[in-house]
Amino acid sequence: MSSMKVKAKEKDGIVEVKALIKHPMETGQRKDKKTGKPIPAHFVQQITVEQGGQTRVTADWSGGVSKNPLLFVKFKGGAKGEMVKVAWTDNQGGSDTAEAEIK
Amino acid sequence: MQTDIKRRVFLKGSVASGAVAAAVGAGLLTPQMVLAEWNKAAFESKTVEDAVKNLGLEGGEESADINIKAPDIAENGAVVPVTVDVSMDGVENIAFIVKENPSPLVATFSMGEGGVPFARTNIKMGKTSDVIAMVTAGGKTYMAKKEVKVTIGGCGG
Repeated sequence: MSSMKVKAKEKDGIVEVKALIKHPMETGQRKDKKTGKPIPAHFVQQITVEQGGQTRVTADWSGGVSKNPLLFVKFKGGAKGEMVKVAWTDNQGGSDTAEAEIK
Repeated sequence: MQTDIKRRVFLKGSVASGAVAAAVGAGLLTPQMVLAEWNKAAFESKTVEDAVKNLGLEGGEESADINIKAPDIAENGAVVPVTVDVSMDGVENIAFIVKENPSPLVATFSMGEGGVPFARTNIKMGKTSDVIAMVTAGGKTYMAKKEVKVTIGGCGG
């Protein structure tokens, strides 16, 4: 049960990587409607896109990124059939990784 | 007998160091460990000026080489798709900033080896605001902005 789906596609020497992450992305500024208590911040903080032993792109996020976030980035240097690895960590110590073959 | 024991210890030792090499090879010790720390001061800044300062950026000349794609009107501020595409060489970093959000800095993207200066994600917008892209290239900072009108804000409960 991965929290993430990754797709990678090569076209004209550029690899497009799309990752969809299942995550609440709570800012920490919302209140629970029933109890009135603040909902603690819970969001993906750092994401890395690796391929061929290289860190291609990294992203740092706040709770201002939408719930169940999308990451769409591109890099040069990958080829069809190779694997791309995407990894995330959140502010509560959660993490996950997923891999996809470049199509 | 004595030599046999030594030999066994030596073999054990080489198996152990082999395991470390295998762990590195299998990506168990990933480059993520050397990632720069999440910039708490910048992400928790309450104004664009403070966020930019805490990112260590200066200046911010407007550039037509930064293309921001975002809707003119967002009906739902909870999910606003924003794409930044930069046609410059040597781009190191792209930051997404929403001027009117309580914490304006939303995301930063860093281009590593082979990284193309392009980034898309969906962001939350509390109300109508400029969406600002700050780009670092060759040690200089450039920016572009686009106004997005928000019908229903996406930061509250």
